[in-house]
Amino acid sequence: MTHKKANIQELDQVVIRLSGDSGDGMQLIGTLFSDTAAFSGNDLATFPDFPAEIRAPLNTAAGVSGYQLHFGKKVHTSGDLSDVLVAMNPASLKTNLKWAKKGATIIADEDNFNDKAIEKAGYLSNPLIDGSLAGYTLIKAPMQKIAQETLRELKLDQKSVNRTKNMFALGILYYLFDKPTKFTLKFLEKKFAKNPVVAEANKLILQAGFHFADTIEAIPSTVVSKSVLPKGRYRNITGNIATAWGLMAASEKSGRPLFLGSYPITPATEILMELAKHRNLGVKTFQAEDEIAGVCSSIGASFAGSLACTTTSGPGLSLKLEALGLAVITELPLVVVNVQRGGPSTGLPTKSEQADLLQALFGRNGEAPMIIIAASSPIDCFYAAFETAKYSLEHMTPAILLTDGYIGFGSELFMIPKMSDLPEIHPPIAAANSAFKPYARDPETLVRQWAIPGTEGLRHRIGGLEKSDIEGQVSTDPLNHEKMVKYRADKVQLIAKRLPLQEVFGDNEGDLLVVSWGGTKGALYSAVEKMRSEGQSVSHVHFRYINPLPSNTKEVLSGYKKVVVCELNSGQFVQYLRMNFPEIPYLQYNKVQGLPFTVAELVNNFNNILKEI
Amino acid sequence: MEPIINTIERSAVKLTVEDFKSDQMVKWCPGCGDHAILRAVEKVLPEIGYKKENFAFISGIGCSSRFPYYVQTYGFHSIHGRASAIASGVKIASPGLSVWIVTGDGDSMAIGGNHFIHLIRRNIDVNLLLFNNQIYGLTKGQYSPTSPLGSHTKTSPYGTIEHPFNPGELVLGAQGTFFARGVDVNPKLMTEIMFEAAKHDGTSVVEVLQNCVIFNEGAYNMLTDKENREERLLILRNGEPMIFGKNRDKGIRLNGTRLEVVNIGENGITEKDLLVHDQHSKDPGIHLMLAKMSYPEFPVAMGVIRSAKSETYDDLMEQQITEIKAKSKIKCMDDLLNSGETWFVE
Repeated sequence: MTHKKANIQELDQVVIRLSGDSGDGMQLIGTLFSDTAAFSGNDLATFPDFPAEIRAPLNTAAGVSGYQLHFGKKVHTSGDLSDVLVAMNPASLKTNLKWAKKGATIIADEDNFNDKAIEKAGYLSNPLIDGSLAGYTLIKAPMQKIAQETLRELKLDQKSVNRTKNMFALGILYYLFDKPTKFTLKFLEKKFAKNPVVAEANKLILQAGFHFADTIEAIPSTVVSKSVLPKGRYRNITGNIATAWGLMAASEKSGRPLFLGSYPITPATEILMELAKHRNLGVKTFQAEDEIAGVCSSIGASFAGSLACTTTSGPGLSLKLEALGLAVITELPLVVVNVQRGGPSTGLPTKSEQADLLQALFGRNGEAPMIIIAASSPIDCFYAAFETAKYSLEHMTPAILLTDGYIGFGSELFMIPKMSDLPEIHPPIAAANSAFKPYARDPETLVRQWAIPGTEGLRHRIGGLEKSDIEGQVSTDPLNHEKMVKYRADKVQLIAKRLPLQEVFGDNEGDLLVVSWGGTKGALYSAVEKMRSEGQSVSHVHFRYINPLPSNTKEVLSGYKKVVVCELNSGQFVQYLRMNFPEIPYLQYNKVQGLPFTVAELVNNFNNILKEI
Repeated sequence: MEPIINTIERSAVKLTVEDFKSDQMVKWCPGCGDHAILRAVEKVLPEIGYKKENFAFISGIGCSSRFPYYVQTYGFHSIHGRASAIASGVKIASPGLSVWIVTGDGDSMAIGGNHFIHLIRRNIDVNLLLFNNQIYGLTKGQYSPTSPLGSHTKTSPYGTIEHPFNPGELVLGAQGTFFARGVDVNPKLMTEIMFEAAKHDGTSVVEVLQNCVIFNEGAYNMLTDKENREERLLILRNGEPMIFGKNRDKGIRLNGTRLEVVNIGENGITEKDLLVHDQHSKDPGIHLMLAKMSYPEFPVAMGVIRSAKSETYDDLMEQQITEIKAKSKIKCMDDLLNSGETWFVE
């Protein structure tokens, strides 16, 4: 299907926000539009925004489920405000209009704007006719009516007819952005292969949406520029799936079987679900009775020679902390993935925050340092998970990978790597019948050996009581304890020698250095890139390695008139930097709303800082 | 004892007690029941016959949990209550190991209660030795979840006001497939039931009534005194009628839905009227009644109370992996990375 319009405008990038009731299928059409955009050459990033409730009451704000996608030439985030907002009912419009740009195109299912739904959403009058949307381009589509008329002959029940409405909205979007419908048509045939009538109904409604848009002369059609992605094979991937695959890749590279002990918790559960699928590659997943059993079973599996992992989110990490101390003192490899969410306590389960940094760094009794790495984007979850596993295995030290709900649920286009291009992983496994001592260390790295039960000649014991250097006997000797505390700390710090140097985007000196870490990279990078293109003296340094910090950290932070540390918390990384490099005069930009940074607010803030120089 | 046949690699040479003697100083109090349990374990490990590197002992916290230091195997002395969870990971990751959990009534019945019941429910093939001394020893004499109602301890100076757990009842309630009870003063029985536990496929729980000489001295004297032990303990033997007493003149009979003690020879009662122990019975009904028998109404049941066949978690895991691997087209990470919807960007 092609369309015949002549007045086509070209844009570098576009943000679409889809919103509807939880059961309206917004996530599905979001994914389908993403696939089509990707297949037709756009770069993209997506973010689903759904409520904690599974099916809140119909037509209420609590039940609104959203999906945002940002596509175009080069995309680093799922976008600030949307150019197009799809609102399937009044509650969706009410809750999502604030995420639409002024003058955005709004596509609404006018059949759903009845008196009852309007009242439930908290409107006093129908926003589609009372003039309150005058500043927007409004497309009022009678989705329900058209669906009923179109599908009359198929004799479907009312519920099935209503469920096709999301395809109508998708059809309109395909027309608006000059996208082919063929990928979705193929998907529908495959998905409903066993129910050809439903397949046909969805296909008809997709096409009906497309034709409906074609007949409304007022809509300008838009072509969004193709991406400038490097040549290669691509797929779309969410951060959580990428994390799971990164761990699997590390297992294959290291030759250590993968074990995951985990307890379901939003927003980390998808990693457990993904790994549970892969018995085909020998992955053992253990859905534990609680968070503590999740980490403890993993510590047991690590003792037994596996690449052992546990996945969780903030409250779950709190429950695991005691066991992490055990992993620290027994010097076993262990990967803990914390997909951060808004806290404290149950907090904001489906919203994102970076507020577990200090918990990850310091949340254990005694001095119990761990490796901490923070993933910077959905794709980076793959590489960060791989690296976390690599350093943990090679340095016999438990490690925490921090991601967050935003990058965990968000997706990006992933250039598929070849396994042969990933670095090797060599855990220090003790040879059978060798002169093994539990706490004998490599003099350069301070790493002990891993003697795997079942191996001849290496029977030994480890445990949570302090042990003597080298021999590993229970020891309360004061000087030995001090020495072991120092060994454990130095072992982690020595990893900095192997880490790549911290890179700076921009210049090594100037007016402003913007500092960030973890899942906010895309927004910070976009903001700095924009300001630099306008000639401002702004540079960006984004940290992935938190503990240890890269060895040139102090150097890269020096040389700027102002340094601003931006975080989705009240200032945790900046405290950590102050502790390590107190001589730098840090400014802070913090947001604790369960929401990602927008590029616009960052640019605005940085401009204000520059004004004061 | 008949050899144990399973997939754990066996030792090519005959091992002895010396192969499992640790070089560590045993720091339990003189006279503690733990010493006898240690000797029973040292004795049973060579009998089991696996390669000596294939044993792993995992413990939590408490006096009992020092055990891994005192036996020469792979050992892991972990944190309070978590031995069951750690051992689950060890066995699932490495099914070729014979995994033993050593724990106490505080470690497993209180702080580790959740892991204990779920280990049993999953039927992971490990052996759990529960040293039950009805007291917290290492923290110096506070009551535990198995202390009898009314126990006077440092944290219950006026007597406890909470009902104790009967570990056997808890095991069977969690769908346990193996439960045995021994006592520290009967080393022969301990060795026998430990061997049976090792032989059982699934979670084997061995409760050992163990005397704490310092904080709960004589807790089991009324059962174990030479004078009374034959009258007050019923040693179960599979396939044999349940007889006890110095003169072997007492037995257990099922009367309606309840057990009762009867005197053989009185009121025309013969051995034929007695219950015959069937430890393999799938239905745990009688096993539960046996586990709950308590003095003075009943003798306390000792030996293997239940040993029922059921699939183990670790076997099912390995089976699933073999089956799914055979069916799947994805053989390595490159296959997975390139599976599903992918496209080429020029």
